[in-house]
Amino acid sequence: MHKYANPTRFLRLSKILVPWCAGLTVVLFVAGLGWGLVFSPPDYQQGETVRIMYVHVPAAWLGMFAYMVMAAASAVALIWKHPLADLAARAAAPIGAGFTLLCLVTGSLWGKPMWGTWWVWDARLTSMLVLLFLYLGYMALANAFDDITRGNRAAAILCLVGAVNVPIIKFSVDWWNTLHQPASVVKMGGPAIDPAILWPLVLMALSFQFYFATLLMLRMESGIAAAKIRALSGLESRA
Amino acid sequence: MSIFLAILDRELRLALRQGTDSLMVVAFFVVTVVLFPFGVGPEAAILERIAAGVLWVTALLASMLSLDRLFQQDYEDGSLDLLTRAPASLSLVVSAKVVAHWLTSALPLIAAAPLLAVLMQMRGDGFGILLAAMALGTPTLSLVGGVGAALVLGARRGGVLVSLLILPLYVPVLIFGVSAVDAAVMGLAYDAQLKILAAILLVALVICPPATALALRQALE
Repeated sequence: MHKYANPTRFLRLSKILVPWCAGLTVVLFVAGLGWGLVFSPPDYQQGETVRIMYVHVPAAWLGMFAYMVMAAASAVALIWKHPLADLAARAAAPIGAGFTLLCLVTGSLWGKPMWGTWWVWDARLTSMLVLLFLYLGYMALANAFDDITRGNRAAAILCLVGAVNVPIIKFSVDWWNTLHQPASVVKMGGPAIDPAILWPLVLMALSFQFYFATLLMLRMESGIAAAKIRALSGLESRA
Repeated sequence: MSIFLAILDRELRLALRQGTDSLMVVAFFVVTVVLFPFGVGPEAAILERIAAGVLWVTALLASMLSLDRLFQQDYEDGSLDLLTRAPASLSLVVSAKVVAHWLTSALPLIAAAPLLAVLMQMRGDGFGILLAAMALGTPTLSLVGGVGAALVLGARRGGVLVSLLILPLYVPVLIFGVSAVDAAVMGLAYDAQLKILAAILLVALVICPPATALALRQALE
Protein backbone atom coordinates (compact mmCIF):
# COMPACT_ATOMS: atom_id res chain seq x y z
CA MET A 1 0.00 0.00 0.00
CA HIS A 2 2.81 2.38 0.90
CA LYS A 3 4.22 1.88 -2.56
CA TYR A 4 1.19 3.52 -4.13
CA ALA A 5 1.34 6.47 -1.79
CA ASN A 6 3.71 8.00 -4.31
CA PRO A 7 1.61 10.32 -6.51
CA THR A 8 3.58 9.62 -9.67
CA ARG A 9 3.18 5.89 -9.26
CA PHE A 10 -0.50 6.36 -8.47
CA LEU A 11 -1.00 8.46 -11.59
CA ARG A 12 0.66 5.83 -13.74
CA LEU A 13 -1.57 3.13 -12.25
CA SER A 14 -4.76 5.15 -12.50
CA LYS A 15 -4.05 6.02 -16.15
CA ILE A 16 -4.19 2.28 -16.84
CA LEU A 17 -7.11 1.46 -14.54
CA VAL A 18 -9.53 4.30 -15.31
CA PRO A 19 -10.44 3.22 -18.88
CA TRP A 20 -10.97 -0.36 -17.71
CA CYS A 21 -13.12 0.66 -14.76
CA ALA A 22 -15.11 3.07 -16.90
CA GLY A 23 -15.63 0.39 -19.55
CA LEU A 24 -16.75 -2.20 -17.00
CA THR A 25 -19.11 0.38 -15.49
CA VAL A 26 -20.82 0.94 -18.83
CA VAL A 27 -21.04 -2.75 -19.73
CA LEU A 28 -22.36 -3.82 -16.34
CA PHE A 29 -24.72 -0.83 -16.16
CA VAL A 30 -26.29 -1.57 -19.53
CA ALA A 31 -26.54 -5.30 -18.76
CA GLY A 32 -27.89 -4.80 -15.23
CA LEU A 33 -30.34 -2.07 -16.15
CA GLY A 34 -31.55 -3.91 -19.24
CA TRP A 35 -32.04 -7.11 -17.27
CA GLY A 36 -33.62 -5.32 -14.34
CA LEU A 37 -35.97 -3.06 -16.28
CA VAL A 38 -37.00 -5.31 -19.14
CA PHE A 39 -36.35 -9.00 -18.50
CA SER A 40 -36.73 -9.46 -14.74
CA PRO A 41 -40.24 -10.31 -13.54
CA PRO A 42 -42.35 -7.76 -11.64
CA ASP A 43 -42.79 -8.44 -7.93
CA TYR A 44 -45.99 -10.28 -6.99
CA GLN A 45 -46.86 -7.65 -4.39
CA GLN A 46 -45.21 -4.46 -5.54
CA GLY A 47 -45.64 -4.91 -9.29
CA GLU A 48 -43.45 -2.87 -11.61
CA THR A 49 -42.34 -0.41 -8.90
CA VAL A 50 -39.96 -3.05 -7.53
CA ARG A 51 -37.64 -2.07 -10.40
CA ILE A 52 -36.69 1.07 -8.49
CA MET A 53 -34.81 -1.33 -6.24
CA TYR A 54 -32.15 -1.91 -8.92
CA VAL A 55 -31.01 1.69 -8.45
CA HIS A 56 -32.08 2.23 -4.84
CA VAL A 57 -30.33 -0.69 -3.14
CA PRO A 58 -26.92 -0.34 -4.89
CA ALA A 59 -27.03 3.40 -4.18
CA ALA A 60 -27.59 2.67 -0.48
CA TRP A 61 -24.74 0.16 -0.43
CA LEU A 62 -22.38 2.57 -2.15
CA GLY A 63 -23.44 5.41 0.15
CA MET A 64 -22.26 3.34 3.11
CA PHE A 65 -19.26 1.87 1.30
CA ALA A 66 -17.98 5.34 0.38
CA TYR A 67 -18.09 6.33 4.05
CA MET A 68 -16.01 3.29 4.94
CA VAL A 69 -13.50 4.21 2.22
CA MET A 70 -13.42 7.74 3.60
CA ALA A 71 -12.86 6.50 7.15
CA ALA A 72 -10.10 4.13 6.08
CA ALA A 73 -8.40 6.86 4.05
CA SER A 74 -8.74 9.30 6.96
CA ALA A 75 -7.14 6.81 9.33
CA VAL A 76 -4.24 6.27 6.91
CA ALA A 77 -3.91 10.03 6.46
CA LEU A 78 -3.75 10.65 10.21
CA ILE A 79 -1.42 7.76 11.02
CA TRP A 80 1.06 7.79 8.12
CA LYS A 81 0.32 11.27 6.79
CA HIS A 82 0.12 10.08 3.18
CA PRO A 83 -0.94 13.05 1.06
CA LEU A 84 -2.79 10.70 -1.29
CA ALA A 85 -4.95 9.37 1.53
CA ASP A 86 -6.12 12.91 2.25
CA LEU A 87 -6.96 13.32 -1.41
CA ALA A 88 -8.79 9.99 -1.46
CA ALA A 89 -10.92 10.85 1.57
CA ARG A 90 -11.73 14.27 0.19
CA ALA A 91 -12.50 12.81 -3.24
CA ALA A 92 -14.78 10.09 -1.87
CA ALA A 93 -17.01 12.46 0.12
CA PRO A 94 -19.08 14.11 -2.65
CA ILE A 95 -19.46 10.79 -4.47
CA GLY A 96 -20.72 9.11 -1.32
CA ALA A 97 -23.03 12.02 -0.60
CA GLY A 98 -24.34 11.76 -4.15
CA PHE A 99 -25.10 8.05 -3.76
CA THR A 100 -26.77 8.67 -0.40
CA LEU A 101 -28.91 11.40 -1.91
CA LEU A 102 -29.77 9.14 -4.85
CA CYS A 103 -30.78 6.44 -2.36
CA LEU A 104 -33.03 8.89 -0.48
CA VAL A 105 -34.62 10.26 -3.65
CA THR A 106 -35.31 6.84 -5.16
CA GLY A 107 -36.54 5.64 -1.77
CA SER A 108 -38.95 8.54 -1.65
CA LEU A 109 -40.12 7.86 -5.21
CA TRP A 110 -40.61 4.21 -4.26
CA GLY A 111 -42.42 5.19 -1.09
CA LYS A 112 -45.09 7.18 -2.88
CA PRO A 113 -46.74 4.21 -4.68
CA MET A 114 -45.91 1.67 -1.93
CA TRP A 115 -46.56 3.49 1.33
CA GLY A 116 -48.71 6.27 -0.16
CA THR A 117 -46.38 9.02 1.03
CA TRP A 118 -43.13 10.61 -0.11
CA TRP A 119 -41.43 10.22 3.20
CA VAL A 120 -41.74 7.64 5.95
CA TRP A 121 -39.68 7.82 9.13
CA ASP A 122 -38.56 4.31 8.42
CA ALA A 123 -35.43 3.24 10.29
CA ARG A 124 -33.38 2.73 7.14
CA LEU A 125 -34.44 5.95 5.45
CA THR A 126 -33.77 7.87 8.65
CA SER A 127 -30.29 6.47 9.14
CA MET A 128 -29.46 7.24 5.50
CA LEU A 129 -30.64 10.81 6.11
CA VAL A 130 -28.32 11.11 9.11
CA LEU A 131 -25.52 9.66 6.98
CA LEU A 132 -26.17 12.38 4.40
CA PHE A 133 -25.82 15.01 7.16
CA LEU A 134 -22.52 13.43 8.20
CA TYR A 135 -21.29 13.73 4.61
CA LEU A 136 -22.42 17.36 4.41
CA GLY A 137 -20.68 18.17 7.70
CA TYR A 138 -17.49 16.49 6.48
CA MET A 139 -17.47 18.44 3.22
CA ALA A 140 -18.32 21.72 4.94
CA LEU A 141 -15.49 21.24 7.45
CA ALA A 142 -12.96 20.18 4.79
CA ASN A 143 -13.64 23.40 2.85
CA ALA A 144 -13.94 25.76 5.82
CA PHE A 145 -10.25 26.57 6.15
CA ASP A 146 -7.99 28.78 4.09
CA ASP A 147 -5.17 26.31 4.69
CA ILE A 148 -6.02 23.15 2.81
CA THR A 149 -3.98 20.72 4.95
CA ARG A 150 -5.69 22.08 8.05
CA GLY A 151 -9.04 21.32 6.43
CA ASN A 152 -7.89 17.81 5.55
CA ARG A 153 -6.74 17.06 9.10
CA ALA A 154 -9.88 18.38 10.76
CA ALA A 155 -12.11 16.53 8.31
CA ALA A 156 -10.18 13.29 8.85
CA ILE A 157 -10.70 13.47 12.63
CA LEU A 158 -14.39 14.23 12.13
CA CYS A 159 -14.71 11.31 9.73
CA LEU A 160 -13.24 8.87 12.25
CA VAL A 161 -15.43 10.16 15.09
CA GLY A 162 -18.38 9.82 12.72
CA ALA A 163 -17.36 6.29 11.78
CA VAL A 164 -17.48 5.24 15.45
CA ASN A 165 -20.88 6.87 15.71
CA VAL A 166 -22.50 5.38 12.62
CA PRO A 167 -23.29 1.99 14.22
CA ILE A 168 -24.57 3.71 17.38
CA ILE A 169 -26.80 5.99 15.32
CA LYS A 170 -28.03 3.04 13.27
CA PHE A 171 -28.85 1.08 16.42
CA SER A 172 -30.61 3.97 18.11
CA VAL A 173 -32.66 4.79 15.02
CA ASP A 174 -33.78 1.15 14.81
CA TRP A 175 -34.80 1.25 18.47
CA TRP A 176 -36.61 4.56 18.02
CA ASN A 177 -38.43 3.33 14.95
CA THR A 178 -39.73 0.14 16.54
CA LEU A 179 -40.99 2.19 19.48
CA HIS A 180 -42.81 4.79 17.45
CA GLN A 181 -44.32 2.96 14.54
CA PRO A 182 -44.20 -0.79 14.70
CA ALA A 183 -44.62 -2.67 11.43
CA SER A 184 -46.27 0.07 9.43
CA VAL A 185 -43.71 -0.59 6.77
CA VAL A 186 -43.85 -3.16 4.00
CA LYS A 187 -40.68 -5.16 4.38
CA MET A 188 -38.97 -6.87 1.48
CA GLY A 189 -39.89 -10.55 1.47
CA GLY A 190 -37.40 -12.30 3.69
CA PRO A 191 -33.85 -13.37 2.88
CA ALA A 192 -34.86 -15.51 -0.10
CA ILE A 193 -34.72 -13.29 -3.15
CA ASP A 194 -35.52 -14.92 -6.46
CA PRO A 195 -32.43 -15.29 -8.71
CA ALA A 196 -34.27 -13.47 -11.49
CA ILE A 197 -34.24 -10.38 -9.25
CA LEU A 198 -30.94 -11.07 -7.49
CA TRP A 199 -28.75 -11.25 -10.61
CA PRO A 200 -29.62 -7.86 -12.11
CA LEU A 201 -29.21 -6.42 -8.61
CA VAL A 202 -25.71 -7.88 -8.33
CA LEU A 203 -24.81 -6.55 -11.77
CA MET A 204 -26.05 -3.08 -10.86
CA ALA A 205 -24.17 -3.16 -7.56
CA LEU A 206 -20.94 -4.10 -9.36
CA SER A 207 -21.53 -1.42 -11.96
CA PHE A 208 -22.02 1.20 -9.22
CA GLN A 209 -18.86 -0.09 -7.55
CA PHE A 210 -16.78 0.38 -10.70
CA TYR A 211 -18.41 3.75 -11.27
CA PHE A 212 -17.31 4.75 -7.78
CA ALA A 213 -13.75 3.53 -8.43
CA THR A 214 -13.60 5.43 -11.73
CA LEU A 215 -14.86 8.67 -10.22
CA LEU A 216 -12.61 8.30 -7.19
CA MET A 217 -9.50 7.92 -9.34
CA LEU A 218 -10.51 10.77 -11.64
CA ARG A 219 -11.17 13.04 -8.68
CA MET A 220 -7.85 12.06 -7.10
CA GLU A 221 -6.05 12.83 -10.37
CA SER A 222 -7.67 16.24 -10.48
CA GLY A 223 -6.81 16.71 -6.81
CA ILE A 224 -3.13 16.01 -7.58
CA ALA A 225 -3.30 18.44 -10.51
CA ALA A 226 -4.86 21.09 -8.28
CA ALA A 227 -2.12 20.58 -5.68
CA LYS A 228 0.52 21.02 -8.41
CA ILE A 229 -1.12 24.24 -9.57
CA ARG A 230 -1.24 25.52 -6.00
CA ALA A 231 2.43 24.69 -5.50
CA LEU A 232 3.42 26.38 -8.78
CA SER A 233 1.41 29.53 -8.17
CA GLY A 234 2.80 29.63 -4.64
CA LEU A 235 6.35 29.53 -6.02
CA GLU A 236 5.52 32.25 -8.52
CA SER A 237 4.06 34.63 -5.98
CA ARG A 238 7.10 34.15 -3.77
CA ALA A 239 9.58 34.72 -6.63
CA MET B 1 -4.73 15.29 39.01
CA SER B 2 -3.65 18.62 40.47
CA ILE B 3 -3.46 19.99 36.92
CA PHE B 4 -6.97 18.74 36.25
CA LEU B 5 -8.22 20.55 39.34
CA ALA B 6 -6.20 23.68 38.54
CA ILE B 7 -7.70 23.95 35.07
CA LEU B 8 -11.18 23.16 36.37
CA ASP B 9 -10.72 25.90 38.96
CA ARG B 10 -9.56 28.38 36.30
CA GLU B 11 -12.47 27.60 33.98
CA LEU B 12 -15.05 27.86 36.75
CA ARG B 13 -13.58 31.16 37.95
CA LEU B 14 -13.66 32.55 34.42
CA ALA B 15 -17.24 31.41 33.94
CA LEU B 16 -18.36 32.86 37.27
CA ARG B 17 -16.67 36.20 36.74
CA GLN B 18 -18.07 36.53 33.23
CA GLY B 19 -21.29 35.39 34.85
CA THR B 20 -23.87 36.25 32.26
CA ASP B 21 -22.82 33.48 29.84
CA SER B 22 -24.39 30.65 31.83
CA LEU B 23 -27.50 32.69 32.45
CA MET B 24 -27.85 33.39 28.75
CA VAL B 25 -27.81 29.68 27.97
CA VAL B 26 -30.57 29.04 30.51
CA ALA B 27 -32.50 32.04 29.21
CA PHE B 28 -32.28 30.66 25.68
CA PHE B 29 -33.52 27.29 26.94
CA VAL B 30 -36.48 28.83 28.78
CA VAL B 31 -37.52 31.25 26.04
CA THR B 32 -37.29 28.64 23.28
CA VAL B 33 -39.35 26.09 25.21
CA VAL B 34 -41.94 28.77 25.99
CA LEU B 35 -42.24 29.49 22.26
CA PHE B 36 -43.58 25.99 21.60
CA PRO B 37 -47.04 26.47 23.18
CA PHE B 38 -47.42 29.54 20.97
CA GLY B 39 -46.50 27.43 17.97
CA VAL B 40 -48.60 24.31 18.56
CA GLY B 41 -51.41 25.80 20.68
CA PRO B 42 -52.13 25.62 24.39
CA GLU B 43 -54.01 22.27 24.48
CA ALA B 44 -52.64 20.34 27.42
CA ALA B 45 -52.85 16.99 25.64
CA ILE B 46 -50.61 18.06 22.76
CA LEU B 47 -48.12 19.78 25.04
CA GLU B 48 -47.96 16.76 27.31
CA ARG B 49 -47.28 14.49 24.33
CA ILE B 50 -44.40 16.59 22.97
CA ALA B 51 -42.98 17.81 26.31
CA ALA B 52 -40.05 15.38 26.54
CA GLY B 53 -39.03 15.91 22.93
CA VAL B 54 -39.22 19.70 23.12
CA LEU B 55 -37.21 19.83 26.34
CA TRP B 56 -34.52 17.54 24.94
CA VAL B 57 -34.20 19.22 21.57
CA THR B 58 -34.03 22.64 23.15
CA ALA B 59 -31.49 21.50 25.73
CA LEU B 60 -29.41 20.09 22.86
CA LEU B 61 -29.46 23.40 21.03
CA ALA B 62 -28.71 25.37 24.18
CA SER B 63 -25.73 23.22 25.07
CA MET B 64 -24.50 23.57 21.48
CA LEU B 65 -24.79 27.36 21.58
CA SER B 66 -22.38 27.57 24.47
CA LEU B 67 -19.70 25.43 22.80
CA ASP B 68 -17.73 28.34 21.33
CA ARG B 69 -16.87 29.29 24.91
CA LEU B 70 -14.97 26.03 25.30
CA PHE B 71 -11.83 26.78 23.26
CA GLN B 72 -12.43 29.86 21.09
CA GLN B 73 -11.29 32.49 23.58
CA ASP B 74 -8.24 30.51 24.66
CA TYR B 75 -7.39 29.96 21.00
CA GLU B 76 -7.58 33.66 20.23
CA ASP B 77 -5.56 34.96 23.19
CA GLY B 78 -2.96 32.19 22.97
CA SER B 79 -3.56 30.48 26.31
CA LEU B 80 -4.42 27.32 24.43
CA ASP B 81 -0.79 27.13 23.30
CA LEU B 82 0.27 27.22 26.92
CA LEU B 83 -2.29 24.63 27.95
CA THR B 84 -0.96 22.18 25.36
CA ARG B 85 2.47 22.58 26.98
CA ALA B 86 1.15 21.76 30.43
CA PRO B 87 2.96 18.85 32.11
CA ALA B 88 -0.03 16.56 31.65
CA SER B 89 -1.64 14.80 28.73
CA LEU B 90 -3.75 17.09 26.60
CA SER B 91 -6.67 14.68 27.01
CA LEU B 92 -6.68 15.42 30.72
CA VAL B 93 -6.65 19.17 30.07
CA VAL B 94 -9.50 18.74 27.61
CA SER B 95 -11.46 16.66 30.11
CA ALA B 96 -11.11 19.39 32.73
CA LYS B 97 -12.40 21.98 30.29
CA VAL B 98 -15.31 19.77 29.27
CA VAL B 99 -16.25 19.11 32.89
CA ALA B 100 -16.20 22.85 33.51
CA HIS B 101 -18.35 23.40 30.45
CA TRP B 102 -20.84 20.83 31.70
CA LEU B 103 -20.95 22.38 35.17
CA THR B 104 -21.51 25.88 33.85
CA SER B 105 -23.85 25.24 30.93
CA ALA B 106 -25.56 21.85 31.28
CA LEU B 107 -26.12 21.81 35.03
CA PRO B 108 -28.18 25.04 34.95
CA LEU B 109 -30.25 23.49 32.16
CA ILE B 110 -30.96 20.44 34.29
CA ALA B 111 -31.94 22.71 37.14
CA ALA B 112 -34.34 24.64 34.93
CA ALA B 113 -35.83 21.53 33.30
CA PRO B 114 -38.46 20.63 35.98
CA LEU B 115 -39.91 24.12 35.89
CA LEU B 116 -40.26 23.93 32.12
CA ALA B 117 -41.69 20.44 32.41
CA VAL B 118 -44.46 21.93 34.54
CA LEU B 119 -45.11 24.59 31.90
CA MET B 120 -45.23 21.86 29.24
CA GLN B 121 -47.83 19.91 31.27
CA MET B 122 -45.57 16.90 31.71
CA ARG B 123 -47.01 14.37 34.12
CA GLY B 124 -45.27 14.11 37.49
CA ASP B 125 -44.02 10.56 36.84
CA GLY B 126 -41.64 11.89 34.22
CA PHE B 127 -39.83 14.49 36.33
CA GLY B 128 -37.33 12.26 38.11
CA ILE B 129 -36.51 10.32 34.95
CA LEU B 130 -36.15 13.55 32.98
CA LEU B 131 -33.53 14.71 35.47
CA ALA B 132 -31.78 11.33 35.51
CA ALA B 133 -31.75 11.10 31.70
CA MET B 134 -30.45 14.64 31.36
CA ALA B 135 -27.79 14.01 33.99
CA LEU B 136 -26.61 10.98 31.99
CA GLY B 137 -27.08 12.48 28.53
CA THR B 138 -25.77 16.03 28.77
CA PRO B 139 -22.17 15.03 29.64
CA THR B 140 -22.11 13.13 26.33
CA LEU B 141 -23.31 16.28 24.60
CA SER B 142 -20.48 18.29 26.16
CA LEU B 143 -17.90 15.64 25.27
CA VAL B 144 -19.00 15.30 21.65
CA GLY B 145 -19.43 19.04 21.40
CA GLY B 146 -15.85 19.47 22.57
CA VAL B 147 -14.63 17.56 19.52
CA GLY B 148 -16.70 19.80 17.25
CA ALA B 149 -15.56 22.97 18.99
CA ALA B 150 -11.91 21.96 18.63
CA LEU B 151 -12.32 21.02 14.97
CA VAL B 152 -13.73 24.37 13.88
CA LEU B 153 -11.06 26.51 15.56
CA GLY B 154 -9.84 28.97 12.94
CA ALA B 155 -12.54 27.98 10.43
CA ARG B 156 -14.65 30.46 8.57
CA ARG B 157 -18.09 30.80 10.21
CA GLY B 158 -17.18 28.17 12.79
CA GLY B 159 -20.29 28.77 14.88
CA VAL B 160 -22.69 27.66 12.14
CA LEU B 161 -20.37 24.89 11.03
CA VAL B 162 -20.22 23.27 14.46
CA SER B 163 -23.97 22.70 14.44
CA LEU B 164 -23.75 20.82 11.15
CA LEU B 165 -20.91 18.70 12.48
CA ILE B 166 -22.27 17.62 15.83
CA LEU B 167 -26.07 17.65 15.63
CA PRO B 168 -26.13 14.36 13.67
CA LEU B 169 -23.88 12.88 16.37
CA TYR B 170 -26.37 13.99 19.05
CA VAL B 171 -29.12 11.82 17.57
CA PRO B 172 -28.59 8.74 19.80
CA VAL B 173 -28.63 10.79 23.02
CA LEU B 174 -31.80 12.53 21.88
CA ILE B 175 -33.54 9.27 21.01
CA PHE B 176 -32.80 7.51 24.28
CA GLY B 177 -33.25 10.62 26.41
CA VAL B 178 -36.73 11.25 25.04
CA SER B 179 -37.74 7.60 25.03
CA ALA B 180 -36.75 7.14 28.70
CA VAL B 181 -38.97 10.05 29.74
CA ASP B 182 -41.84 8.94 27.48
CA ALA B 183 -41.65 5.42 28.87
CA ALA B 184 -41.70 6.71 32.45
CA VAL B 185 -44.73 8.93 31.73
CA MET B 186 -46.57 5.99 30.15
CA GLY B 187 -45.71 3.79 33.11
CA LEU B 188 -43.43 1.47 31.14
CA ALA B 189 -39.95 0.22 32.06
CA TYR B 190 -37.32 2.87 31.41
CA ASP B 191 -34.15 1.42 32.90
CA ALA B 192 -32.91 0.07 29.55
CA GLN B 193 -32.86 3.56 28.06
CA LEU B 194 -31.01 4.97 31.05
CA LYS B 195 -28.47 2.16 30.90
CA ILE B 196 -27.89 2.80 27.19
CA LEU B 197 -27.45 6.52 27.90
CA ALA B 198 -24.86 5.57 30.51
CA ALA B 199 -23.15 3.23 28.03
CA ILE B 200 -23.00 5.96 25.39
CA LEU B 201 -21.52 8.28 28.01
CA LEU B 202 -18.81 5.73 28.84
CA VAL B 203 -17.94 5.30 25.16
CA ALA B 204 -17.84 9.07 24.70
CA LEU B 205 -15.60 9.39 27.78
CA VAL B 206 -13.09 7.05 26.16
CA ILE B 207 -13.18 8.41 22.62
CA CYS B 208 -13.90 12.12 22.81
CA PRO B 209 -11.05 13.57 24.94
CA PRO B 210 -8.26 12.03 22.78
CA ALA B 211 -10.09 13.08 19.59
CA THR B 212 -10.46 16.60 20.95
CA ALA B 213 -6.79 16.67 21.93
CA LEU B 214 -5.81 15.53 18.43
CA ALA B 215 -8.02 18.21 16.89
CA LEU B 216 -6.51 20.89 19.16
CA ARG B 217 -2.97 19.86 18.26
CA GLN B 218 -3.59 20.13 14.55
CA ALA B 219 -5.38 23.46 15.07
CA LEU B 220 -2.25 24.84 16.74
CA GLU B 221 0.27 23.38 14.30
